[in-house]
Amino acid sequence: MRFSTLKLAIGAATATALTLGTIAGAAAQKSGGTLNFVVGSKIPSYDAHVETTFGMIHPIAPFYSLLIRVNPDAPATNDFVCDVCEGDVDKGADGGKLFTFKIRKGLKFHNGAPLNANDVVASYNKIIFPPKGVASSRKSFYRMVESVAATDDHTVVFKLKFPSGAFIPALASPFNFIYSKADLEKNGLTWHKTNINGSGPFVFVEHQPGAFVSGKKFAGYHHKGRPYLDGFRAIAAPKMAARVQAIEGDRASIEFRGFPPKQRDALVKVLGDKITVQESDWNCVLMATPNQKKKPFDDARVRRALSLSIDRWGGSKYLSKIAIVKTVGGVVFPGHPLAATEAELTKIAGYGKDLKANRAEARRLLKEAGQENLSLVLNNRAVDQPYKVVGTWLLDQYKKIGIKATQQVNPSSVFYDILRKKQDFDVSIDFNCQSVINPIADVSKFLPGGGANYSGSKDKKLVEMYDALLRAPTEAEQRKLVRQYEKRVLDTEATHAITLWWYKINPHRSYVKGWKIAPSHYLGQQLDQVWLDK
Amino acid sequence: MVTVSENLADAKNAELQDDLRDRPGLWKQITSFARKQPLGFAGLIVVLVFICLAVFAPWLSPFDPEASSYEHMLAPPGTTSDAGTFYLGTDDFGRDVLTRIIYGARTALFVGFTCAIVGATVGLVLGVGSAFFGGKIDLIFQRIMDIFMAFPLIIMALSIVAIFGSSIQNVIIAITIPFIPRCARVVRSSALAIREIPYIDAARANGFSNSRIIMRHMVPNVMAPFLIMLTAFVGQAILLEASLSFLGLGVQEPVPAWGLMLKNAQEYIRSEPWIAIWPGIAITLGVFGFNLFGDALRDALDPRLRSNQ
Repeated sequence: MRFSTLKLAIGAATATALTLGTIAGAAAQKSGGTLNFVVGSKIPSYDAHVETTFGMIHPIAPFYSLLIRVNPDAPATNDFVCDVCEGDVDKGADGGKLFTFKIRKGLKFHNGAPLNANDVVASYNKIIFPPKGVASSRKSFYRMVESVAATDDHTVVFKLKFPSGAFIPALASPFNFIYSKADLEKNGLTWHKTNINGSGPFVFVEHQPGAFVSGKKFAGYHHKGRPYLDGFRAIAAPKMAARVQAIEGDRASIEFRGFPPKQRDALVKVLGDKITVQESDWNCVLMATPNQKKKPFDDARVRRALSLSIDRWGGSKYLSKIAIVKTVGGVVFPGHPLAATEAELTKIAGYGKDLKANRAEARRLLKEAGQENLSLVLNNRAVDQPYKVVGTWLLDQYKKIGIKATQQVNPSSVFYDILRKKQDFDVSIDFNCQSVINPIADVSKFLPGGGANYSGSKDKKLVEMYDALLRAPTEAEQRKLVRQYEKRVLDTEATHAITLWWYKINPHRSYVKGWKIAPSHYLGQQLDQVWLDK
Repeated sequence: MVTVSENLADAKNAELQDDLRDRPGLWKQITSFARKQPLGFAGLIVVLVFICLAVFAPWLSPFDPEASSYEHMLAPPGTTSDAGTFYLGTDDFGRDVLTRIIYGARTALFVGFTCAIVGATVGLVLGVGSAFFGGKIDLIFQRIMDIFMAFPLIIMALSIVAIFGSSIQNVIIAITIPFIPRCARVVRSSALAIREIPYIDAARANGFSNSRIIMRHMVPNVMAPFLIMLTAFVGQAILLEASLSFLGLGVQEPVPAWGLMLKNAQEYIRSEPWIAIWPGIAITLGVFGFNLFGDALRDALDPRLRSNQ
């Protein structure tokens, strides 16, 4: 009895302390002010269901709500919390095949229309089951979903074909903006490309193309007390030098994507304790994708040779000094339990630490394939960090095995056109940048016919492997299958040659509080948690 | 029996031989040019030095221009390695800056001379042709030239590269096209004056073909403005190529080019300034050299300026 009382007393004291701590923490947050931040890319359209770029997410995400999201106060974790839903995120019923979400009452869009379960269903139907001709960039993440339905105005039910650990992380994608069903029905499924009507913490004010996007606080925001800011202004600054200078001159407080180490050092040197630096591994990787529709890249020996030429361990050491890349890894975000260990990596072609042996093998393979005098053109994107840096480094790596390589650096639109539509490249820089760490969904990038595999591969075995992975019930089983999948992608078939995973460095003005670095530049961008200590 | 006309011919030959005997040698001509046009001579020296650098780059350069030495990234000038000394330092990929400057002269002069020669030559043909034929042909040609000249040089070049993509061939096309109307306009004005000189009428009266009159009698007489334009164009083309490369629309990595080196140096301009300073100096010197030489050439070839001296 005495023991129980003691336990109760300790419990009560802990709860009181936590409550007081939370209150004190909340009290410490100051309201008011406008956050100015710089964005280094253009806004292709406002429709997040279609777009994949931070150029859209950074200025537009503050206008929208999500069903669930990664906890903005702990974005480095896979701690999923409700946004327009209430309570805890459902753990699943019917053996993990049924997920129910209760939608908050009294929600409103910025135009005053009510937001309920029907809007959530309409949004997810557009994402998961888009009609023919309507683009949805992450459709393949939801292969396990059978249906989405509203059982009443405040209940959304997702029914799955089979249980999958990849479902909830996919649901929390920051690109899953909740649109108004009325807007979709009245104006069509492409209306949101050029129009904004969200229910997020900020209301859209103005977009001056090539200059800025601005927003003001939404008084009816559903997370009480938030946002702390009166407004924000996302300033377009394509040149890195301009972005660095904007922060140095306090014309902007932060850039959410990331700076290279040299720029971090320069800002720290000039601003001292007025600048705070947050760093993290980044769920983003650059790779070289040979085009299997073109000879001799239809030959796996040639593709393996290309991968074997790359000094990944050396590149990690040297390139990390000048670029936003650092970590050697396989197909899964390094550090995740499903990622390959160093010992496992070194067994994959091109990851061995004996560089001379790797390159000797590469030369042998080229000779065997009759491609000793191979020359190629690398399709690259006209973005300095890290595309052009890594591209130039890759050319040097290819040269080491006797390949005569040049690069064609194209503006983003031309680059994408060549990579995705024309597909007439020899080898192209390619990338896999994801938001929520969700390895099983993320590796769908390499899936033939998955929508994001531009190698021209038609490897049916890989599709079978992926389907097995999607259904794997335990983490141990998933890990085993991921290793097989990884070996097939990077070694046996060598459809893609992963270079280095990115490393995120965010120097920002020290008065910017509440924003915490995430392993993705897409996460934590609704800005309702951010405040200014001025 | 010797006729009066034979006597006259002998006397003319003797006079010509005397003239040839009195003509100064090459060395004397050079020293005379250096004395009369010291700045132009300095320009000529700079031009010759860059031409030598471009031609003999493989023998003059201490390193391979595309070879990276990752152990020596961003090394300051004077850093030594097992492979040699980086006299002007290294860039972000550990490539020797001096070597890339030397090889960069190849890119600059190749683009510069190609654009200038092609642009000026096409302009010459169009300008002389337009002046010679006159009438509607001249009117149509000149209005087309007006359209081209309405765009500033850099804007025109930027538009062409943006449409066709960035490669050395496209850069050459982009720079050459705006040169054509500029040369054509200058040459036409000289050719218009020449067209009115009686010997052109005489050539017509003798039944010479239009092409013979243009090529044998008009073109040689507009060579002075043509050569001046040509030298000026080389400097402009070097600057334009550097500008396009600086904007990321010119030649691509790892090709050594001064503008590209300058572009890559932006990120390091405070911490490793040598990456920006040397290519900047190379561009300045190259353009300065060609412009000074072009000015001196104009002074030497323009009879009005010559008579004033």
